[in-house]
Amino acid sequence: MKRLVLACLAVAAGSAAVLAQAPASSPSDPIAERKALMKSVGAATGVATRMARGQAPFELAKAQEAFKVFQDAAAKMPTLYPETSKTGGDTSASPKIWEDMAGFRAAFAKFGADAADAAAKTTDEATFKTAFGQVSQNCGSCHQNYRVSR
Amino acid sequence: MKRLLAGIAILGALGVGGFLLLTSPALQRAGTEPVPAGAPDLANGEIVFNAGGCASCHASPGQDDRLRLGGGLALTSPFGTFHVPNISPHPADGIGGWTAAQFQRAMRGGVSPDGRHYYPSFPYASYQRMTGTDLRDLFAYIGTLPQVAGRIRDHELPFPYSVRRGLGLWKLAFLDGRTFTPDPGRSAAWNRGAYLVEGPAHCAECHSPRNPLGGIEAGRRFAGGPNPDGEGKVPNITQHPDALGAWSKEEIAELLATGFTPSYDSVGGSMAPVIRNTSRLPQADRDAMAEYLKSLPAVPSAP
Repeated sequence: MKRLVLACLAVAAGSAAVLAQAPASSPSDPIAERKALMKSVGAATGVATRMARGQAPFELAKAQEAFKVFQDAAAKMPTLYPETSKTGGDTSASPKIWEDMAGFRAAFAKFGADAADAAAKTTDEATFKTAFGQVSQNCGSCHQNYRVSR
Repeated sequence: MKRLLAGIAILGALGVGGFLLLTSPALQRAGTEPVPAGAPDLANGEIVFNAGGCASCHASPGQDDRLRLGGGLALTSPFGTFHVPNISPHPADGIGGWTAAQFQRAMRGGVSPDGRHYYPSFPYASYQRMTGTDLRDLFAYIGTLPQVAGRIRDHELPFPYSVRRGLGLWKLAFLDGRTFTPDPGRSAAWNRGAYLVEGPAHCAECHSPRNPLGGIEAGRRFAGGPNPDGEGKVPNITQHPDALGAWSKEEIAELLATGFTPSYDSVGGSMAPVIRNTSRLPQADRDAMAEYLKSLPAVPSAP
């Protein structure tokens, strides 16, 4: 009986360790994760665009939050494209990503750097409009090369 | 026996003669009308240039200046690989030596100054709708852009697509030579939008499925289809609920201005360079295009 309890405990401890480790080491579902991350970038872009157009009142904190979302995504995204995630999950990732991983990573590095630069330069509504306009150029140029439409 | 052979020879000659007659570039009259008199309006020419998306295909790849129209982009297609020509105003390698009449003939009739058919990868089936004034202004505007040296290699197409003359048959089927006719029952904005979408902007060329002969399937115009140039699909842009049915006119105009969809996704692939053109149009033109697109009948996407 004692042995059985020990065995159960060992198994339980083992699975707990696995569960705790899984997200940190390799994403369990990179396609779903990168989609969710891109959705967060889209949502932040929506908030920023409405402020840049005067469709919503300018708030410095919200502007900085958007640039933070961009930087976090730019840092995390390149880790979500393992070789095993080329297809499936209704992905619109282009095969060019894996043919040109260096270029793909460089595009995210530029996006992250541009977002950090925009955050540093944004002090008021006028500086925000210019800075955001520059960062948002990254969306189209990266999608042109690395995303297919469906 | 002798008579049979003679008969076959005569039939053969008639067949060859018929083919030559039916496929003659001279048979296509589109674009042979006189160029409208008057000084070209360069500002309008620039608008036509942006609406037409010339830079998307003709700008030299691997550099950032969209006004350097040296060509060289390779377009893969089910028929083979097309190499986009130099249309910069370079006198020898581009179109600097052309007349406005030759330009109009190329744009509306798909016939080169030396009397050969162009392949419809150059979307003259849409450009035939353009007005003579717009073509005159566009030609003058291109003449102000940088001259780029260098001729581009020939297309790489397998037989029978390599036979240019055969395109005459394609034109008989798919080129009617009619310029855009406004609908007096519609608003000025709708008519402007219809002209831009159907003519210079040539939206239907990518956003429609094609039959095995490479012609647009009339009943599924704008209903999207496989990407002719690689991976993925080109979206349905009709008013079907799964296409643009739920989009407002403002949201369509916004996409043409910034590339952002209503959920702030940014369009990619070959639509990204299209946005770099439409973003330079006057706001009223983007609104007009959106108004026309909102009036398209709902057509389900091809399965």
